[in-house]
Amino acid sequence: MTPRGKAIEVKEVSKDFGTFRALESVSFEIFDNEFFTLLGPSGCGKTTLLRMLAGFDTPTTGSIHLHGRPILDLPPHKRRVNTVFQSYALFPHLSVEQNIAFGLENLGWAKDRRLARTAAMLDMVHMTQFARRRPDQLSGGQRQRIALARALAPEPEVLLLDEPLSALDLKLRQAMRDELRQLQRRTGITFVFVTHDQEEALDMSDRICVLGQGRIQHLGTPNEIYEDPENRFVADFIGETNFLAVEVLEVTGDRARVRTPMGLEVTTFQKGAIAGQKAMLSLRPEKIGMEDQATGEVMRGRITNRNYMGGYTHYTVDVAGTEFRVSKRNAVTHGQSFEPGREVTLGFRQDSARVLGR
Amino acid sequence: MRQDVRRYPGLGLLVLLFFGWLYLPIAVVIGFSFNENRLVSVWTGFSLKWYGAALSNSALVDAVRTSLTVALIATALATLTALMAALVLVRGRDVRARRLSEVVVNLPLLLPEIVVAVAVLILFSQIGLTNGLLKLILAHTAFCIPFAFLPIRARLQGMTPDFEEAAQDLYASPWVVFRRVTLPLILPGVFAGAMLAFVMSMDDFITSNMLASGGNTTLPVYIFGLIKQGTTPELNAISTLIIAASLLLATIALSLTFRGRGKS
Repeated sequence: MTPRGKAIEVKEVSKDFGTFRALESVSFEIFDNEFFTLLGPSGCGKTTLLRMLAGFDTPTTGSIHLHGRPILDLPPHKRRVNTVFQSYALFPHLSVEQNIAFGLENLGWAKDRRLARTAAMLDMVHMTQFARRRPDQLSGGQRQRIALARALAPEPEVLLLDEPLSALDLKLRQAMRDELRQLQRRTGITFVFVTHDQEEALDMSDRICVLGQGRIQHLGTPNEIYEDPENRFVADFIGETNFLAVEVLEVTGDRARVRTPMGLEVTTFQKGAIAGQKAMLSLRPEKIGMEDQATGEVMRGRITNRNYMGGYTHYTVDVAGTEFRVSKRNAVTHGQSFEPGREVTLGFRQDSARVLGR
Repeated sequence: MRQDVRRYPGLGLLVLLFFGWLYLPIAVVIGFSFNENRLVSVWTGFSLKWYGAALSNSALVDAVRTSLTVALIATALATLTALMAALVLVRGRDVRARRLSEVVVNLPLLLPEIVVAVAVLILFSQIGLTNGLLKLILAHTAFCIPFAFLPIRARLQGMTPDFEEAAQDLYASPWVVFRRVTLPLILPGVFAGAMLAFVMSMDDFITSNMLASGGNTTLPVYIFGLIKQGTTPELNAISTLIIAASLLLATIALSLTFRGRGKS
């Protein structure tokens, strides 16, 4: 891969609201043409960070550069970034067309160029026939498209998206994910996407920055974040997992040997583990096989609960007083289902588990 | 569960009494404005002659002109001041003493008008202000500001700052944000505030009476003077004309407000 330019550099940014520290020395870089996601629970500081990029908030300390130029002294209307707001914030007194042309007018584009760009944007989001409508005459999905077109029209250096899919219903949200991703590839504009929905983040992003308690918990590709989480917070927040309190017996490089409460010894990849101390063993529900799929380390347990999810069935299995969540894909043919109360064999490969020190 | 209000016994009678109590005096005034007789309370026949008398009364026409001049200028000044105050107090960042400032802006609502009127009278005589019209305009502007302020503030508070942020984000300078986004969206509130201020100024008696001088009598002060000389059917005609003008204004205001609401 060719080295890419840095679109945004955030350096040691902290933000205090009174005595509350919303962000604690956060540093990261976003590359050109990247779909970058800020992911975290509400109150983690992700929206504050986005508002700092747009210019609606200022850090208490730290610096932010856009393509090498410091931007903290610039007011929002002088920054070449545009935002898709969570509420869309389409101007209710202007038509769809006028909404899209708003930024172009302020940039002083000539009328014919403005009209051509507006038409091209409407075409891009398949909304040409709605040009003269007012925002209140559009559905949620249509407003979303206009908000996107309006923000992309002035060709920003970076597009900021503040939970833009959260107001849509489930089916539409799925379709808009694909549309957003395609739009990003087609325009080549850097997208900075804020969400609390981990599924959205895994599906769409090139890289994800997981924020928690005002700090970066993990920054990496969706696969890295899910398979090799940096710490317990990340393992717990992204997807589902089983945590076992373990004792670290030995650490060798990126591996550790640990002992589970059941007395089982497991050697696998680790992060932050220290020999002789306590740690957590994280084991994803889909990494545990049941009955005929039980391979590797084998345990006997009893099913205590079953949640049928359509494509999957989630079981809760009690193994000598420790509860395991096990996820089983429902098979091609009508799969067999296990009744609660039944004794089952569980099994997992040692290297599918992760030892997390923090 | 909600009760059907129409099933309450005696509701019809109550409603009738209520509207009678409210509107009977007004109906009497309107009815007798068409009375031919010189005596107010004795009906002898239909006539429009009191309307003729009222409209050819130059003192009355002067009073109307003074009232309108004062009300229009005071409304414009008060609405402008209230708009600026509301923008700072609702949208301003890091505004110190925000609560206190709001109280100060609204103070004329709480103080008895007679106190303010006397104070204004003393102040004007101390600084030697003699222009009667100017005195009226300054005093009216002062007590109209809170009436213009409250609807504008309510509208601004009810509007998410997202629209203004979106405009800034789309390269609009602060002035463009105000002209193209904030003002159009709060216009119904500004209009309602201006209407209130206008009505309060037109209706004012205490302050205007205190400041009244030879050439600058407002309509309420003039009418009060007429009554002191005894009531005539001309007074009924004047009153009816004022009622008609008020209804017209209120209709325009309401229809504009509803149109504004339909949009947002």
